[in-house]
Amino acid sequence: MLNYFKLVALGIVMLIAAIAANFARDLAYQVHAILILLASFGTFVWVLRNTDEKPVHVDKNGYMDGVVRAGVIATAFWGIVGFTVGVIIAFQLAFPSLNVEWAQPFANFGRLRPLHTSAVIFAFGGNALIMTSFYVVQRTSGARLWGGNLGWFVFWGYNLFIVMAATGYVLGATQAKEYAEPEWVADIWLTIVWVAYLVAFMGTIFTRKERHIYVANWFYLAFIVTIAMLHIVNNLSIPVSIWGSKSVQVFSGVQDAMTQWWYGHNAVGFFLTAGFLGMMYYFVPKQAGRPVFSYKLSIIHFWALIFLYIWAGPHHLHYTALPDWAGTLGMVFSIILWMPSWGGMINGLMTLQGAWDKLRTDPIIRMMVTSLAFYGMSTFEGPMMSIRAVNSLSHYTDWTIGHVHSGALGWNGMITFGALYFLTPRLWGRAQMHSMAAINWHFWLATVGIVLYASSMWVSGIMEGLMWREVDAQGFLVNSFADTVVAKYPMLVVRGLGGVLYLTGAGIMVWNMWMTIRAGKVVTAPVGVPTQ
Amino acid sequence: MDKYSILREFADSWFLILMTLFFLGTVVWAFRPGSRKEHNDTANVVFRNETTADNDHPQAEANK
Repeated sequence: MLNYFKLVALGIVMLIAAIAANFARDLAYQVHAILILLASFGTFVWVLRNTDEKPVHVDKNGYMDGVVRAGVIATAFWGIVGFTVGVIIAFQLAFPSLNVEWAQPFANFGRLRPLHTSAVIFAFGGNALIMTSFYVVQRTSGARLWGGNLGWFVFWGYNLFIVMAATGYVLGATQAKEYAEPEWVADIWLTIVWVAYLVAFMGTIFTRKERHIYVANWFYLAFIVTIAMLHIVNNLSIPVSIWGSKSVQVFSGVQDAMTQWWYGHNAVGFFLTAGFLGMMYYFVPKQAGRPVFSYKLSIIHFWALIFLYIWAGPHHLHYTALPDWAGTLGMVFSIILWMPSWGGMINGLMTLQGAWDKLRTDPIIRMMVTSLAFYGMSTFEGPMMSIRAVNSLSHYTDWTIGHVHSGALGWNGMITFGALYFLTPRLWGRAQMHSMAAINWHFWLATVGIVLYASSMWVSGIMEGLMWREVDAQGFLVNSFADTVVAKYPMLVVRGLGGVLYLTGAGIMVWNMWMTIRAGKVVTAPVGVPTQ
Repeated sequence: MDKYSILREFADSWFLILMTLFFLGTVVWAFRPGSRKEHNDTANVVFRNETTADNDHPQAEANK
């Protein structure tokens, strides 16, 4: 009976999407309407085929791992997409002629840049967070993912959002808010998907068999709840027309800027930090075969991080119209934040106490330890750069880009690769990854890539900062902006090469995953075959 | 006083105290006597329920 209502609802969605595609005022909106039409048509056919059929028996005691498997594949796929676009735009900066004429305006740096950032943060990172959270919350709760097919709705819905965001950028629909570029249609859809995600996650925790909620789930939950709040507040906007993608922000001026960086920094704090710490608190103890170093420290780590991160946003707006007191507030909290960040890093690293020999033999644990090391480095660098005096040198330079990438490639990327190597054999019932040597190659390519990236951006950024502020005896600026562009050319090339190494490593990982899934011999021990 | 000033004064005083006390409370709570046993058990959650819900571990009865 429920299926009939679903069919009616999907039919109505299809009708509205078709009307929207017809009335569309801009190309991006039209493409989005057609995407929604196709997605709802596909869902319609799927629901129709399952209507009035005998329900397939599902083992309610087993874990729901199908959606995690889909998430593993989506994470690897979007990783390759995001890194490739990153390499392309890195070389576009070094060689502007790569903004090829025939591909204008679609393949312009300005349009590919948000495609890169969203593909790596939200598509690669987001899929990694959703799929690991589904895996971890089931294992640490001893309960099947709550809500039947809700997990699948979250997976497909989130990836539809990604496709809408990506096509929107290329076709020129953006609200010009960094890391929150998607326009209102995609924003509303993400809100719906996110609520479903929260419900599925909370439902699993509520039906748990373990008495205590494991600390990883605390971090995941903080990530889900905070991202919901940030997303809604930062995207408060009024569409110009219901048939067009353009919308106007409710806030304006410095209030809008503050809201944007309250969002922006907490996207770093709760998406790229709290969520990935949830991954760290599960996968590092699992891979090391030892419980987390100090559970007490993990509790304090959690609350300190939650209380402090939310205030750090104003450090993005030093020397702007934002009042000084607000900037100082953000700066002070950023510096205090160093403590819980390093507490978490130490907690993760010390988990290896008594198992340090694994670093020599296990390339997966080496990846995880490297990721923690980069977490420590970037959470030291970040507070330093938030200090007003340092910021006057570093802001608007490549130093910021280098800092972001040592965090993103080092911490987020490496811990995700570690989780993928951990999950792939387990989810497909293999003893281990197809090739351990390939993991080793991936590790070294990625590490050398990050080192090239970060060091070239330090040199480039500090040089830019010094050149921009250099004045002669009369107090006139010595360098024009174009002088700095010329001067940093070699560093931009090195950065691009670092990206190529990182991408190559990820390519080896995808090959390794493919071989593990497709060509590996099926084994039943020592890891159990997941049930579904 | 306008709304901004009222909220600002509240945020700078009572709510700040409240949040600080809550945070200190979580630290005290983490170190409360008798927490060690529970924390050790919880830290080992990751090694249970690997392939399916595991109701055989020593704590399972107590957890029910």
